[in-house]
Amino acid sequence: MNSHHLPAAPHHFAGGIHPADGKAMSASGTIRIPPLLDKYFLVIQQNIGIPPKLLVKKGDPVKKGQLIAEAGGPISVPLHAPTSGTVGDTLDIPGANGAPVPAVEIISDGKDEWCEPMEPYADWRNVSRERLLARVKDAGIVGMGGAAFPTHAKLSPPPERAIDTLVINGAECEPYLTADDHLMREAAQAVITGAGICAKILRISHVLIGVEENKPEAITALRAAAKGIRDLSVVPLHVRYPQGGEKQLIYALTGRKVMAGGLPMDVGCVVQNVGTLAAIADAVINGRPLIERVVTVTGSPVAEPGNFRFRLGTPVRKALEFAGGIRKEVRKLILGGPMMGFAQSSLDVTVSKNTSGILLLAADEVRQFEAGPCLSCGRCVEACPMRLLVSTLSKVCENERYDLADENYVMNCLECGICTYVCPAGRPNVQHFRRAKAELRTMKRKN
Amino acid sequence: MTNVILAALALAILGLVLGMLIGYTAKRFAVQTDPRIEAITELLPGANCGGCGYAGCADYARAMVEDGVSPAGCAVVSEENFQKISQALGQDSGKRERKVAVVYCSGDNGHARRVALYNGLNDCRAAAVLSGGGKGCRFGCIGLGSCARSCQFGAIELRNGLAVVHPEICKGCGKCTEVCPRKLIRLVSAETKAHVYCNSLDKGPAKRKNCTAGCLACRKCVKAAPDIFNAQGFLVRAREGAEISDELIASINCPTGALQSVADHLRSGKGKEGAA
Repeated sequence: MNSHHLPAAPHHFAGGIHPADGKAMSASGTIRIPPLLDKYFLVIQQNIGIPPKLLVKKGDPVKKGQLIAEAGGPISVPLHAPTSGTVGDTLDIPGANGAPVPAVEIISDGKDEWCEPMEPYADWRNVSRERLLARVKDAGIVGMGGAAFPTHAKLSPPPERAIDTLVINGAECEPYLTADDHLMREAAQAVITGAGICAKILRISHVLIGVEENKPEAITALRAAAKGIRDLSVVPLHVRYPQGGEKQLIYALTGRKVMAGGLPMDVGCVVQNVGTLAAIADAVINGRPLIERVVTVTGSPVAEPGNFRFRLGTPVRKALEFAGGIRKEVRKLILGGPMMGFAQSSLDVTVSKNTSGILLLAADEVRQFEAGPCLSCGRCVEACPMRLLVSTLSKVCENERYDLADENYVMNCLECGICTYVCPAGRPNVQHFRRAKAELRTMKRKN
Repeated sequence: MTNVILAALALAILGLVLGMLIGYTAKRFAVQTDPRIEAITELLPGANCGGCGYAGCADYARAMVEDGVSPAGCAVVSEENFQKISQALGQDSGKRERKVAVVYCSGDNGHARRVALYNGLNDCRAAAVLSGGGKGCRFGCIGLGSCARSCQFGAIELRNGLAVVHPEICKGCGKCTEVCPRKLIRLVSAETKAHVYCNSLDKGPAKRKNCTAGCLACRKCVKAAPDIFNAQGFLVRAREGAEISDELIASINCPTGALQSVADHLRSGKGKEGAA
């Protein structure tokens, strides 16, 4: 694609809303480092795709950063110990999606000693792209914006696809979350370095970093870190949820539209989250695997909301203690943001590679659904960022006509939750669509 | 005036000619159907429940006459009509075994632990696909009543968060067994007078944590009547069609009340009071 033919970047997308964002609660201060825990519960599968294969057994001594599980296939990543100590039991703990998941217990010895590190590539510009790509895989890096898709796979598009643009997601459009904002402010250099490494792996130079306008400090920090780099721009975007949706972001930054059922690479783009880039920079420059991440702990019941650099496997119960504990009754615990996050029923769920936030909501902040009939007011249709006919879809899904839902493109729903948020009849639209997508996937697997 | 007469005449002639044409084609191209199909369709219950596997009662009747399918596939039809159908088909049918649906769970709101205020879609299958509902047990009744809504005969009652089948109403069509996402409804012989109302494969302590009415596989019942009760892992099942007297159940005195007679289960709809 020639740059002369590029449409103008519109800096926004069609549809979307701006819900009360609650970001002020956790926006101040710096990223805090919690003290070491006695025990970590490391969920074995922290990536989409094939689960990794466990290499250790109970009683084995481990060092911080040591390989605990190796990649189980091409769409899989290894897993590393969050601290030094011994391996405990392998047990089932509550997973973020509701069902129990297998996890391995790491009992800390309090020394927090690193294992023999991977070779640091301080001069990464002179390292071959194959070795950089291998490092991204060996460090266990996945998309840290929430999808947890193995990053090395995303950075290896099929050769026939011409990629010309690396799109960096610093939008952080989810209400309440400020983890990416803090990371961009405090580790802008790592983000820019990570972007450079990804661009080298993809053999391209054009990098666009999209940040919502409500993060001026992050924009300033990124611009300072990127000074002098040609072909890299930090683009302020309109504040509108879901600006960070892959397709919405590509459109806002490049004016290109990813067609229904298509992927970013169809329009020459690869999208990476800023957290992923910082992790890539750490893995390449310092030779460290992914064993920690920045997490926002926030919500009105949290005594001292803020951002923390948690080790993977930190139980939410402990995470809340570090944030000063709970000061009023909690009605809802959500992993991730309020729009796309998952409500939890246990405090034993743990921080994993894609946990961007831990959000507590009090009783007066949670709406109970009392779904009524559709009023055909069209607010959902107006707001849907995928331009779906939500009102029709909602009705066909309610009647379990998944064939009609498929015809009406339900598989393109990105589950942003806007349609449920704006519905005056309180209809659980996105819940219907999530179910329809799950049912259709099952049907397609069977056929 | 002439115009009116002409028009009436023309219409009459047209009507006559077309009528004769229709009459001729009806005779000439008549589709021969077996009169038994209609007769059997009349005898079938007409609920079109689909339990037989055919697209409604008429289609099943056609299959019986044309393809020689057995009439035993309809669980709903009355004994009297069943005999008439067999006669029409010229078959000796004998007696059919009646089957009823059983929900293998005692975990109502008083016994199953609630881990969340479920706020999602009011449908068990949706809950199973997404989060698993509000109860802690991953094997038991979700309690949102998908089975009750699927039952054409109103045989399933949703009682205190637990689906309970009324065996005297149940026709054994099996629709609910397909709908239940946890697969805890099964068709069993109506002769079975007691069941172990639990479906959890969890180990004892884990099961106990989630429900006070689950089968702990203590094997009290297996020891008392090894020919009737069979322990499979952490779950006991009663042999289908076995004679289980009330005295036997009383003497076993199941510690959680998971083993109950059908009548008791229907009365209380749950395990033992105060078993917690």
